[in-house]
Amino acid sequence: MNSPAIELLTPLSQDVIGRIKAGDKVLISGAIYTARDMAHKRLCRAISDGRDLPIELESGLIYYVGPTPARPDKIIGAAGPTTSSRMDSFTPMLLEHGLRATMGKGYRDKSVRGALKHYGAVHLAAIGGAGALLSKHITASEIIAYEDLGTEAIRKLTVIDFPAVVAYDSHGGSVYPYDMQDEPGNYNEDKAK
Amino acid sequence: MRYITFDQIARAIESLAQRVAHELPGDVIAALETAADNESSPPAKDILNQLLENSRLARQELIPLCQDTGLVVVFIEQGREICFENNADNPDWILDDAVKAGVAAGYEKGYLRKSIVAEPLDKRRNTQTNTPAVIHHSFVIGDKLKITLMAKGGGCENKSRFKMFKPTADKEQVIKWIVDVVEQAGADACPPFVVGIGLGGDFELSCLLSKKALLRKLNQPNSEKFYADMEKELLTKINSLGLGPQGLGGDTTALAAAIETAPCHIASLPVAVNIECHSHRHHSVTI
Repeated sequence: MNSPAIELLTPLSQDVIGRIKAGDKVLISGAIYTARDMAHKRLCRAISDGRDLPIELESGLIYYVGPTPARPDKIIGAAGPTTSSRMDSFTPMLLEHGLRATMGKGYRDKSVRGALKHYGAVHLAAIGGAGALLSKHITASEIIAYEDLGTEAIRKLTVIDFPAVVAYDSHGGSVYPYDMQDEPGNYNEDKAK
Repeated sequence: MRYITFDQIARAIESLAQRVAHELPGDVIAALETAADNESSPPAKDILNQLLENSRLARQELIPLCQDTGLVVVFIEQGREICFENNADNPDWILDDAVKAGVAAGYEKGYLRKSIVAEPLDKRRNTQTNTPAVIHHSFVIGDKLKITLMAKGGGCENKSRFKMFKPTADKEQVIKWIVDVVEQAGADACPPFVVGIGLGGDFELSCLLSKKALLRKLNQPNSEKFYADMEKELLTKINSLGLGPQGLGGDTTALAAAIETAPCHIASLPVAVNIECHSHRHHSVTI
């Protein structure tokens, strides 16, 4: 797990996504979108209703974050990941419509892990509670949809060398010694060290 | 009698809210440093060092430690010789109003995230002020006012649990359940944790005790030997889970386990576990 990090550029290449494995360190550069609970609900409702989406999902990456307000001289405030599992019920639909990576903290459920494998996508883990440190990798931020949601609005972020770990890869692999969402007590000792 | 105005209280809370968001307490930093030194898994050690770097950056550049700047929990210990006084421009205030004004000002001026919705199930409209706060008030001996402010993140609070045991349950059963709660909090709740445990009291008091337990210095054990030993045993068992920082594996699943107790009914043994993330943010001020 302490091998050198792999560059991950957006829009994501299917070839690179297919090659990265659970436990790999990645450094993300390019444009990514933010969305959390309410934005997911709206995106999925728009898809169900057959309406156009405010963002391009194709080969895209969604980061689960609700940043703090930017100080006047800054691009963004603290911007670390929120809990991924709250988005579980929405993620498969977004993957079906072209999304190729999600990023947050913590576990994904079986439906998401199955969909990642099915559509050839990955879930990335950023360090939860490192919001100050991670904000240093964000060079631009622009609200592009659902502004009324405040911190939960969809933002387009430009990131440079944003660090994360591949938590679930596109082949069914997981980095976590525990995957509590489905199999409580199912501890994998090999992954703990 | 000593008089303290509600404005003084509001200003103290405004300042505390900003300090809490940017400055990790010294005992938490020390615990993270010790954990980083002792961690045998290189990736886990790397994460712990990044958390320490995050805390330096937050303090130096006034970037919040975490984007979830939390729900504010305020503990107010009022010396019995203290009397609250209204200012001319807020003649109708009670303590709650002073806390509300202080939190709203602190979160606005500090560029902190407003994470509170006005009601839980219908519209979930954001109050835009990060108020109201949860307030716990008590009277104590003396002529001082101590205000403690904690910013509690949603991710870890979501994993907190309560259980009524049979009064005949033994220590091993209680420990097993607490360790299970920590295991199930897992990666979602941002380990390494501080685990606050409330034993005894009734339904709501045990939950309050589990939160109060989080306010104790991390290296300070319970004053009673039985419970201090239980804290040690819990921490050992929690850290042998192998969950590790961010749930990615390692020796450091929790920085501390703290137990607070209260007398309880002969029929009851309430146990509450309040999960706290590594961004364990709280500070106090005495007026």
